[in-house]
Amino acid sequence: MKFLRWLIGFIILTGLIIGIFLFLKVNIATRLMLYLLICFLFSMFRIFKGPTPADRSVATDMVGILVIGFCGIMAVYTGKDWYVDIAIAWALQSFIGVLALAKFLEGKNFDE
Amino acid sequence: MNDALALFFIIVGISFDLFGCIGLIRMPDIYNRLQASTKCVTLGTCGILLGVFVKFGFTAAGVKALLCIIFLLLTSPVAAHALARGTHRSGVRLWDKSVCDKYADDRKK
Repeated sequence: MKFLRWLIGFIILTGLIIGIFLFLKVNIATRLMLYLLICFLFSMFRIFKGPTPADRSVATDMVGILVIGFCGIMAVYTGKDWYVDIAIAWALQSFIGVLALAKFLEGKNFDE
Repeated sequence: MNDALALFFIIVGISFDLFGCIGLIRMPDIYNRLQASTKCVTLGTCGILLGVFVKFGFTAAGVKALLCIIFLLLTSPVAAHALARGTHRSGVRLWDKSVCDKYADDRKK
């Protein structure tokens, strides 16, 4: 039963990755963004399902990191440089948010 | 040549992001998930930003991408370490097949 679940997940995953690469007739930037969209879906799955609050914090950190990469790809393929500014600002606020979440998990007040 | 090199770095970065997210789903434990998802910061997103730097060169956007790489390399291990410490102190158990827990031994002393 465990092997069957593993096999179904493996077939869906490789189908998505190879299917986007071979059978979709779009340009290269859209293809890269579809791969990042798969990453977002996995992180969202972990946010919804995660058994403890710490799992959700880790997945939220991951979403912030993925948004930075998304801004980088948009900056390359549209030619506008202000996407890199958004990436820097998002990195800063994601770092501070994760530190606040860690303090909150630890069960202390913020001024300790 | 520049565009091809940038595309190579971006594809390497996206593959590391994808494998990190597979690890985020697949791993059995919060600490293993943290270990898998921290890998995709230093090699995944920094790879994408290195591609941005190669594409734009030494212009304003390229140097800002380089600054963003340095900032990420400095802050992301700090955030991951704080998250792991807070998780351990909040009482989340390890996976039942884990073999050693040095931090709990240190805190008992």
